[in-house]
Amino acid sequence: MSVFVVVEQSNGGVHRMSWEALAGGQALGRDLSLPVSVVLMGEDVSGLAESFQSKDVKEILKVETPLLSSYSADSFSSALAQVIETESPKYVIMGHTYMVRDFLPRVSAKLGLPFLADNIAYGVDDGSLVLSKQVFSGKLVADVSPNGDGPCIISFQSAAFQEEDVTDGSGASVRDISISLDENTIRSRPEEPFQEAAGAVDLSSAEVIVSVGRGIGKEENLPMIKDLAQAMGAELASSRPVVDAGWLESYHQIGSSGQTVAPKLYFALGISGAIQHVVGMKGSKNIVLINKDPEAPFFELADYGVIGDILEIVPKLTEALLGAKT
Amino acid sequence: MKICVLVKQVPGSDSPLKISNDQSWINEENVNFIANESDSYAVEEALQLKEKLGEGEVVAVSLGPERAQRTIREALSKGADRGIHIEESYPYASDPLQIAKTFASVLEGEQFDLILTGLQSDDFGFGQVGVILGEMLGMSTATLVMATELADGKMKVKRELEAGWFQWVNLDLPASISIQSGINTPRYPSLKGIMGAKKKEMNKVSVDSNNEARQSISKVYIPKKTKRTEMIEGTVDHQVERLVEVFKKDLRIL
Repeated sequence: MSVFVVVEQSNGGVHRMSWEALAGGQALGRDLSLPVSVVLMGEDVSGLAESFQSKDVKEILKVETPLLSSYSADSFSSALAQVIETESPKYVIMGHTYMVRDFLPRVSAKLGLPFLADNIAYGVDDGSLVLSKQVFSGKLVADVSPNGDGPCIISFQSAAFQEEDVTDGSGASVRDISISLDENTIRSRPEEPFQEAAGAVDLSSAEVIVSVGRGIGKEENLPMIKDLAQAMGAELASSRPVVDAGWLESYHQIGSSGQTVAPKLYFALGISGAIQHVVGMKGSKNIVLINKDPEAPFFELADYGVIGDILEIVPKLTEALLGAKT
Repeated sequence: MKICVLVKQVPGSDSPLKISNDQSWINEENVNFIANESDSYAVEEALQLKEKLGEGEVVAVSLGPERAQRTIREALSKGADRGIHIEESYPYASDPLQIAKTFASVLEGEQFDLILTGLQSDDFGFGQVGVILGEMLGMSTATLVMATELADGKMKVKRELEAGWFQWVNLDLPASISIQSGINTPRYPSLKGIMGAKKKEMNKVSVDSNNEARQSISKVYIPKKTKRTEMIEGTVDHQVERLVEVFKKDLRIL
C-alpha cells in the first residue's frame, strides 16, 4: 500500500504541477501513514530521477522505453495502466494538467478504476479519503469519495498545494519497472509543439491590468473598456470568451491557455471567475471586480467588489479618473 | 462518415443554485435547463465536417431525464440528422466511468467513425466521458481540439497545450475527440430547421444501469470564503467615487 505521484515532464524538467502534486502526495502519505514513491515515464529518465534524490520519497520508479520518448495518449495510458496493475498502489496522484486530461481518463477506463479529477483539497474522514472538487464553474464545491478498495486515481488543480511544501529526505531507492508497449497499438502520433504568433504585449510585467470578460456583451462595447485602460495607464486583457468571440487577439487572454500575470492591480470587468481564468491571475496583489451577478465566484477572490453593470459604471469611472488626474 | 456528438443538458448559468435539503446535489425546482455551452462547439464542428465531406450522418446523443430531449432537438434543428435519448435510470449520475459505460452499451453497435464531445459540462465539469468512451470503444482519442482536418480516412487535430502552445496530432479513425471552445462559431437554428427537426428520428433507449458507480458525491456546499472583500455599495455615482479613491489612496496606482 503506497501513494504514487506520477511526474510529468516540461521542457526536459519537472512540470511545476508535478511538484505541487508531490507536496499533496506527501501530505496525504503522512495523514494516512502510507509511503510515497514517484513514477517517471520516458525514454531516459535518469536525469529526471536525480531531481528526486533529495526528496522525501521511498522509491523512484523508472519506466523507460523509446515509445515513451514523446507523449501520446495511447502509449502513456497503456504504460501507466501496466504500472498500476503490477504495483497496486493505493493512490495514484498527478497535477490536473492538459496532458493529464488527455490520457488519465483512459487509464481509469482500462483498469475500471475511479479517477477523481481536478480536486482543490482532500480530507480524511474516519480513515477514508474525501476529495473536494469545484462544480458549477466554481459556484459550489462537491465532496467526492471513491467507492471500492482498489487503487484510486486522483488529480489536483493548480495551486491546490505549494511546491515549497515538498519535504526533503534521503535514501530514496531507484527501481526500474518494465512494461511492454506495442508500436502498432499507438494510433495517435503528435507533431512538434509550436507557439502561434507571440503576443504583441507581454502582460506579465504590467503593473495595472484592466481585464474584460463575457459581461461586455458585444464587440461594440469594447472601446469604452479601452478608454478606461488608457485613462488608468493599464494594459488590456481578457478572459477566454472575449477571445473566442474574436473581439480581441488571443495574446490578451489570461488563464490556463493564455498568459499568467501578477500585477499590482487586476481590475476585472464582467468576469465570473472560472478556474481556467483564475489560475492565470491569482498572484495579483490586488483584485477589484465589477460584475452584475452577485453570485459570481470571482467575488470570493476580490479585495474590492462592485455588484453592477460595467456598461453603466465604466464610462462614468473613466470620466471621473480623467477629472481626478487633472 | 458517421459522426456522433454527445450533448448534455445542464442548469443555465442564470438559474438559482439552491442546494438540496440532503446536501447531495442542487434543488432542480425553478432551474432553467439549457444545452451545455461547450457542447455547441462540438455540434457545430460535427456539422461542418459533414458539410465539408458532402456526405455522412450526424447523430446527437444525450443521457438524461425526459427534458434532455429538448437539447437533442436543438441539435437536430441546427442540422443533425437523428437523435438518441438515453433515459437515465439513476439520479445525478456522478461517475464519469459509469456514464461512459452507459453510452458505450448503447453506442457500440452504431460503429461511429467519429465521436465529438464538448470540453466539459458546466455542472460536474469532469471532462472525461468522451475520452473514456473512446477507450471503451477502441478508438483513438484527443482532447482540447482547436482545429480538425480530415483526409484519406485520417484525422488531424490541433490540440491546445498549456500557456499558448499547440500541437498537431495525427489520429487513426475511429476517433473520439473533445472540442475546445472557440474552435468555430456555433450556428443558431433557422426557423426551417426548427420545423424540420420535429420530423427527424429520435430513438429513446432506457438503460438499466446496475453497473456500480466508482465515485460518489457525499456533500455539496458553498465554498468557504477565505478573503475579506470590501463590497462597494450605493448609487453608481457613489461606487465610482469610491473606486477612484481606492485606486488613488488605497492602492496608489494613479
